[in-house]
Amino acid sequence: MAVIENLPETTKVETTKVETAEAETNTPAQVPSLLPQRLTNVAVPVCTAIVLLLVWQFGVRFFEVPTYIAPAPTDVGAVLREDFPLLMRNFWPTFTVSVVGFFAGNIAAILIAVTFVHSRAMERAFFPMAVFVNTIPILAIAPILVLIFGPGFTAKVMIAGLICFFPTLVNMVRGLQAVSPQTLELARILSASKSEVFWKIRLPSSLPFLFSALKIAATTCVIGAIVSEWIGADVGLGALIIDSTFNYRSPLLYATVFMSSGLSVLLFVSVTITEKLVVRW
Amino acid sequence: MAASLSNASVKFGNFTALSDISLEIGAGEFWTILGPSGCGKSTMLRLVSDLVPPATGTVEILGKTTEAARLAREFAFVFQDATLLPWRSALKNVELPLEMGRKRGIQIPRGDRTPMELLELVGLSGREDALPHELSGGMRQRVAIARALVCQPKLLLMDEPFGALDEMTRDRLNMQLLEIWKETGVTCLFVTHSIPEAVLLGQKVLMLRAHPGRVKEVVEIDLPEPRHVKLRETPEFNRYSSYLRRSLEDC
Repeated sequence: MAVIENLPETTKVETTKVETAEAETNTPAQVPSLLPQRLTNVAVPVCTAIVLLLVWQFGVRFFEVPTYIAPAPTDVGAVLREDFPLLMRNFWPTFTVSVVGFFAGNIAAILIAVTFVHSRAMERAFFPMAVFVNTIPILAIAPILVLIFGPGFTAKVMIAGLICFFPTLVNMVRGLQAVSPQTLELARILSASKSEVFWKIRLPSSLPFLFSALKIAATTCVIGAIVSEWIGADVGLGALIIDSTFNYRSPLLYATVFMSSGLSVLLFVSVTITEKLVVRW
Repeated sequence: MAASLSNASVKFGNFTALSDISLEIGAGEFWTILGPSGCGKSTMLRLVSDLVPPATGTVEILGKTTEAARLAREFAFVFQDATLLPWRSALKNVELPLEMGRKRGIQIPRGDRTPMELLELVGLSGREDALPHELSGGMRQRVAIARALVCQPKLLLMDEPFGALDEMTRDRLNMQLLEIWKETGVTCLFVTHSIPEAVLLGQKVLMLRAHPGRVKEVVEIDLPEPRHVKLRETPEFNRYSSYLRRSLEDC
């Protein structure tokens, strides 16, 4: 016993000493290299973007490409500045359609997911139909909805909502079912009712799934809104895209595209921030 | 009797998981359950806890049917993984049993100890606001034990609760569990894979035989109380361990 106790302990102490000595010499060398690493992470994509813009600017000028075919970044910048009121006048209708469509489509998807999870019969009856509707391209379904509901707000919201619907439905069904069998056994031992299981277990555990779907929906609802404005609308970023294309106002077209992607980013960031506040686990 | 099974069997379709189990588990006793994989150790706990119905025979808890015992919260279950709700703090997880079952109109018994005191009992005071992912595996399992005790059950069913923990944590939790058992007087049914754990904790070790699951023998462990991990180094302890190992081999 005594031999066993003595021998390894002395060697152990020595090895740990060596390790700490190494660690001490290593850390100061690593610290200064960390800060430039972070800077590079930001600098590389920013520099790439600047270089690409410069190539675009000088390429267009050097080859004397007409503005109506491809405007230079400075032309687009000038339109963004000068026509800002016009852009904003068209931004807000698209914003409204996107946001209302986002809520309408997602709330419908959540409610239908809840009925699917509670009734196998409903799921069997309606899920294939949901898949079928999802396979129709939004460009093909948009005119049909405009014919049915007229070229007003309702049809636009329907189109923006429809494009959000399917990803949320699928994710929400998965999320509501993503409860471990043991957790359900716990609920049974506690004699929990169906509604208690739903509100206290199923719904909270579906939230991470819901938010990944909402992130998809935040960008696609803008696509839906813009497509809806292509058909018989006179305001909105979609209408402005059509208008500026047919009038060869390319700088305005580019500026409008820039505004639409800005709208997508705005909605995406809002969903991401909400997720951070809600899903804390 | 805390629980009594007479000629109870469990069938899943044509498969007989447990056959002809008859046991009398006295109030305040600590039983550990050993057996080869697939012998129905977990199924036995699920039979007692009204999660699976008996195909034949009867199961009674404190003289009531298992359903009546479930509605009266006479027993609680601790699973292999802690099954905490990840969005609830430790304290909120312990309070869960007090919130569930209200809709069924059952009378939820409140124990002598508040959820806060229970967290203190399992050595987690100060961590009540921590979310499960901020706790270690051992801490999560202790929260689960506190949750199981919140309605002051007479019978505590544990399905390999420390199976996924490292040796040192397991030793500490074993000792803590014995203290809790002494202090609360709760009857324990504890499923484990580990022979030393079964001997260290159990007053009686129930050995199950597989295909179909049935009682092989009940070994009384006559070791001095209070038990301590040092007990494992004694010859008596080793005698029980090697006996159970041989018994397990010819299951």
